[in-house]
Amino acid sequence: MGNLFKIAVRNLLRYKRRTLLTASLITIGVVFVLVFMSVSGSFKNMMIGQITDSMLGHVQVHRKGYVASIDNLPLNLNLKAGAVDRLEKILDTQPEIAAYSPRIKFGGMFSNFAETTNIRLNGVIPEKEFATTPLLTSRIIDGAKEIKRGEILIPELLAKGMKVNVGDVVVIVATNKDGSVNGKQFKVGGVLESVTGPGGRDGYIHFDDAVEVLRMENPEVSEFAIRLKDFGKLGTFSENLERLLAKELNQQDKPIFELHTWEKLSPFYNIARMIDVMTFFIKLMLIAIVLISIMNVMIMAVYERIREIGTIAAIGTLPGKILSMFVIEGFCLGIMGAIIGDVVGIALVFIINMSRITFNFGQQKGLLLQAHVNGADILFISVTVIIVSVIASLQPAYKASRMEPIEALRHV
Amino acid sequence: MGLIMAENIQKDYRMGDVTVAALKGLSFDIEPTSFVSFVGPSGSGKTTLLNLIGCLDRPTGGKLIVADTDTAALDRKRGAAFRGNNIGFIFQDFNLIPVLTVYENIEYPLLMVQSTPAEERKKRVTALLQAVGMIEQKDKYPDQISGGQKQRVAVARALVTNPKLVLADEPTANLDHKTAYMVIDLMKKMRDEFRTTFIFSTHDQKIVGEAEIIYSLEDGELKDRQVKGGKNDG
Repeated sequence: MGNLFKIAVRNLLRYKRRTLLTASLITIGVVFVLVFMSVSGSFKNMMIGQITDSMLGHVQVHRKGYVASIDNLPLNLNLKAGAVDRLEKILDTQPEIAAYSPRIKFGGMFSNFAETTNIRLNGVIPEKEFATTPLLTSRIIDGAKEIKRGEILIPELLAKGMKVNVGDVVVIVATNKDGSVNGKQFKVGGVLESVTGPGGRDGYIHFDDAVEVLRMENPEVSEFAIRLKDFGKLGTFSENLERLLAKELNQQDKPIFELHTWEKLSPFYNIARMIDVMTFFIKLMLIAIVLISIMNVMIMAVYERIREIGTIAAIGTLPGKILSMFVIEGFCLGIMGAIIGDVVGIALVFIINMSRITFNFGQQKGLLLQAHVNGADILFISVTVIIVSVIASLQPAYKASRMEPIEALRHV
Repeated sequence: MGLIMAENIQKDYRMGDVTVAALKGLSFDIEPTSFVSFVGPSGSGKTTLLNLIGCLDRPTGGKLIVADTDTAALDRKRGAAFRGNNIGFIFQDFNLIPVLTVYENIEYPLLMVQSTPAEERKKRVTALLQAVGMIEQKDKYPDQISGGQKQRVAVARALVTNPKLVLADEPTANLDHKTAYMVIDLMKKMRDEFRTTFIFSTHDQKIVGEAEIIYSLEDGELKDRQVKGGKNDG
C-alpha cells in the first residue's frame, strides 16, 4: 500500500501545476464552506442565544390552548395552583433543567399621570427569572439590575416615548379575569433594552405584585420558561417532558399542559432553518467542485498515461492494483485540498475574530461576531472531500484498470 | 517438452466490414533457453505473434501453449498473473515508468506483481543492476539516462522475476547500431546467466544475425526457420 501511495504522490508531483490548480480549487471550496459554516453557525447560535437567554428560555410550558391565544395574554388560560404544583414537581425531577421561571403575563395600561399607553407585563420571581434568562440583566440599561417589589422594569421605547426615567412613579392598571379593574403605583426600577422577537418589548414586575394587581386569591401562572443545562439536548429533553406532561390530565381526562420549544415560539427559528438550508447548499457546491475537479484531473491523468497503464498491465499488474493506483491519486488530492483548506479556513476564522466585526440584530446594535470553528465541522468537511475525491476517481480508475494492455501499448 | 508450442495459430482483425488475417496458421515449437528472433518487414505479423505469445492477445484459431498453459483459457486477471510470473517484456520505446528511479523500475514487478519480500527484492535488483551495468545510475530517473541505458534497465526489469520467457518487440529500433549490438549482447549474456528464453522481433538484418534461431515472417505466414550454423528448415 505504501508503494501505491509513493507512486500516486510522485505522479501528482509530475504534473505540479495541474495538481496545484486542482488542490487550490478544493482548498478554496473547503475554506469557503468552513468560513461560511463558522460565521453563519456563530451568527445562528448568537441569535438563538439572544432570543432564548434574553426572554424566551429554551422551553415553555403553558396550559393547553394558551399559545393559540398568546397574543391576547388570556388570564382565563392561566395554570391554576394545583396544576402549578404538579408541574413544579415534574420539573424538579428533571436533571437536564438548569432553571425554570414561573411567569404571570398580562396586558395593562401604563400611565405617567400625564399620558397613558398599553403595556405587556411579566410578573416574575427575580432569582428564578434571572437564572432562566441570564441575559435579562444585561438588557437593563438604566437602573439597578434587579426586580424589587413595587418596582417596574419598562422597555426603552416606552420610557423614551412617555419620557419616564428611573425613579419616576407610574401607574399600572389591569383588568383581572373576572373583569374588574385594579391599579397599582410602581416606581420605575430600570429601563430595558428591546430584543427582537416576541416578548422583547415587555415590562417586568415582581411576581407578588402581579398577583396583587390581578387580585389573584391563589397565585396562577401563565407560563413556565425553562432553561436547560445543555442546549444540545433540547430535542430529547422536550420529547421526554412532553411524554411526561401528556400523562397529566384534567377532570375531563384531557391534557392540562402544552409544551413548546423556542423554535415554535419564535419566528427567528425560520431564519435559523434558512441558515441551515444555505449551509446545506454550500456543502453541495463543495461536493460539486471536488467531484468535477478531481474527475477532470483523473480523466486527464488516465488519458495521458495510457501507454504506462499498458506497460504495467503487460508486466502483470493486476487490474485491482491499477484501479487502486488511480483511486489513491484522487484520495491524495482530496487529502491535500482538505488539509490546506482546513488550515487556511481556521486561519481566516482567526483573522475574522481578530478583526472584531460587529453587526446589528434587530434592535440590538454592535453585536460582536465571534466565529467558532467546530471540530466536528472540520471532520465532516474533510471526510466529505476525501470520500467525494475517491468517488470522483473511481470512474477514470476503473477505465484504466479495464484497459486492454495491447491497445494501451499501441496508444500514441 | 517445448516452452512454446504453436499449432496452426491464426489471428484475424476486423476493420469495419473487412476481416484482415494478420497470422495465417503458424506452427512452431520453441525450446527453453533459446535465443530466437522473428524477422520480417513491417506488417508481416511479428508484433501480433509476440503479443499472442505474451498473452496480451488471443489467437482467433489454432492452439498456443506457453509454459504448459493454453493461452486461450486465460481471462484478464489470470492472464495478468500468468504474465507476471512467467513472461518478461522489453519494449521498443523502453516503457520505463517515469516517476520511478532506475532501481524502482527494476524492483516494480517484484513489488507490485509478485509481492516479493524486501530482502529478496534488494538482492535480486542489485544483482541485476550489476549485471546490466547500471548500478551507478540506480537512483536516476528514466529521463536522466540515455536510450541504451534505458533499454538495459528494461532488460533488467524483464528478468527480475526470473521469468521462463522474455519477449522483446523491436528492442533496438530506437537505438543506434553500436548500442543496439550492446543491448543484444546483454540479452544473450542474460540468457546464458539466467537460463531464460529470449524471443525478439526485428527488421534489422544485422541484428537478426545475433539470434540463434531465426523465424522469417511474411504476410502473416512463416516462410523460413534458420538455426545458426547454417541449417535451414524453411
